[in-house]
Amino acid sequence: MPETLFRKVWDRHAVRPLADGQTQLYVGLHLIHEVTSPQAFDALAARGWPVRAPHRTFATVDHILPTQSLARPLADLMAETMTSALERNCRTHGIPLFDPASGAQGIVHVIGPELGLTQPGLTITCGDSHTSTHGAFGALAFGIGTSQVRDVLASQCLAVSPLRVRRITVTGRLAPGVYAKDVILAIIHALGVSGGTGHAYEYAGDTIDRMSMDERMTICNMSIEGGARVGYVSPDQTTFDYLRGRRFAPAGDAFDRACRWWSSLASDPGAPYDDEVAIDASTLAPMVTWGIDPGQSVRVDAAVPRPEAVAPAERARLAEAAGFMGMTPGQPIAGTRIDVAFIGSCTNARLSDLREAARIVTGQRLASHVRGLVVPGSQAVAAEAEREGLPEIFRAAGFEWRHAGCSMCLAMNPDRLNGREVCASSSNRNFKGRQGSPTGRTLLMSPAMVAAAALAGEIVDVRPIVRRGGASEVRA
Amino acid sequence: MSAAAIDRVRGRVIVLRGDDIDTDRIIPARFLKAVTFDGLEASVFADDRREASREGRVHPFDDPARREARVLFVNANFGCGSSREHAPQALYRRGLRAIVGTSFAEIFFGNAVAIGLPCLSAPADAVAALMTHADTHPDAECVVDVGSLRVSLDEVRVAVTLPPTAQAALLAGTWDVTSLLLDRYDEVERVAARLPYLTKFVERSS
Repeated sequence: MPETLFRKVWDRHAVRPLADGQTQLYVGLHLIHEVTSPQAFDALAARGWPVRAPHRTFATVDHILPTQSLARPLADLMAETMTSALERNCRTHGIPLFDPASGAQGIVHVIGPELGLTQPGLTITCGDSHTSTHGAFGALAFGIGTSQVRDVLASQCLAVSPLRVRRITVTGRLAPGVYAKDVILAIIHALGVSGGTGHAYEYAGDTIDRMSMDERMTICNMSIEGGARVGYVSPDQTTFDYLRGRRFAPAGDAFDRACRWWSSLASDPGAPYDDEVAIDASTLAPMVTWGIDPGQSVRVDAAVPRPEAVAPAERARLAEAAGFMGMTPGQPIAGTRIDVAFIGSCTNARLSDLREAARIVTGQRLASHVRGLVVPGSQAVAAEAEREGLPEIFRAAGFEWRHAGCSMCLAMNPDRLNGREVCASSSNRNFKGRQGSPTGRTLLMSPAMVAAAALAGEIVDVRPIVRRGGASEVRA
Repeated sequence: MSAAAIDRVRGRVIVLRGDDIDTDRIIPARFLKAVTFDGLEASVFADDRREASREGRVHPFDDPARREARVLFVNANFGCGSSREHAPQALYRRGLRAIVGTSFAEIFFGNAVAIGLPCLSAPADAVAALMTHADTHPDAECVVDVGSLRVSLDEVRVAVTLPPTAQAALLAGTWDVTSLLLDRYDEVERVAARLPYLTKFVERSS
């Protein structure tokens, strides 16, 4: 009988139904970081439980690390305390820790894939909602809370309710200057920020098939912004080619055997879905959020919606968002002045993102009023970018090139907005206060769009720039 | 911290209007800089409360009449965004023991139930009726009955829903599932032994 990848991987990991209707799933890979794990370790200690599978648990430090100086002790004493707690917990329980000294530190959702830890057919948990990123490999990856981090540490299992599966089929070629980020922003806009509640999103179609792993990760990463806890893509040759030779990927004959198993996990033709949605990628334009949730977005050539253009039930939300953002309904989004440009986050800080942004800014200068920050997703991304000379390009344009981490995506470190600053950001959330200033404002877009906005000092359409192969005529 | 059954919550109400209230608003990220959940209650809705105060409004969480509230009324998709358990922890430590709303984001819902904070859903008009009554009756005692799935506030009585999984867990006191997951662990080991990625991708017959 044809089945979805979701069903196949779920069934493989199902231990038993629990009395309350949930299923106990074995967890193949548990990733932890400094923010959501210390309380879980304390709970474990309080009950005298060991970590059940330290060899399937991997740690890094990403949220609170400063990106300017990593000298210890960290200047922020609470950041130092949290880092020390993670180090101590990892040491006590024999959990590998990818800290800055390892050279493999980075945002947890960037390093899992690049180390080859993230593989098709795994169940993956991490105390972070963007764990959905790992679904790009054909894994079922669940963002969890701290109580569940405790559960997984103690039992290597998760109690989880069944999910419906919605296939989102994306077809057609993306125009130059339109990226995976625009596809997922368009999907969230179409289906709503709560449209995916109770669902896993399966991304399929020729557009997804042609995408690199980096692009698929960008799509899966923001599944949660559409309310879907899990998003995934069936594994294919692109997936296998990415994994070959990576540190924790199988090697030699085992890799060939792995590829056979991984191939068998792809959703079968004719597999049943609870819901189907089709998206035409060929008509998409660069997307920019104007509001206070990731669904409040428009094409870069469109305007902030007027109240009469939205359903009556959404008007109060629109008014709240426009008021907070200082936007006037009917105002074109292009031309919105920005103060800060942030290229980073688990959504868009991989090498291909930085390359594309660098291509836009080569030989150009930031607008004089703009502060620009490039924060690579991991030390490995940074090292590769350095080999390609990308930091020099960014610095010559006036950007700051920083150490790897979550940085200004959520501003748990010193990188943050001040006052009512407006930030063009390649990150994933534009919630009120998200970037560290309670009144700061975030506009989400692709890294290329952030780069173009940084040069122009305002939101501009990156498509003509990309078509010309550079940024020679961006308005200053 | 062994779990006790939760079948009924009684207490005053806080009304918090607005759809899509995300966990960054419930507890802004800067307050996650801690290695415990202690004291989070002081920072619940910190930025929204400050904004309200600056605008001369009283944020519902700063209303002295609601200080002892144990029930929170909300609208749709409450708790979307970040998976931070700090959000339900902050609400719980603020004294809240049940949330009634139109709908809840999935990870928030699971995190809340995992700490014994039931989130019950009702149609939008029913939630609106509860909110309207609560607005004008700050002293009214709300009764949330997890067993019969009813919420009453004086004469306003509303049927609510809770997934059977969560209801059963709360009523049985098994919402803290770690012990269940550790039970009969040989079954877990049998599943693991059949996973190709734990056996060098050599398929073993079960």
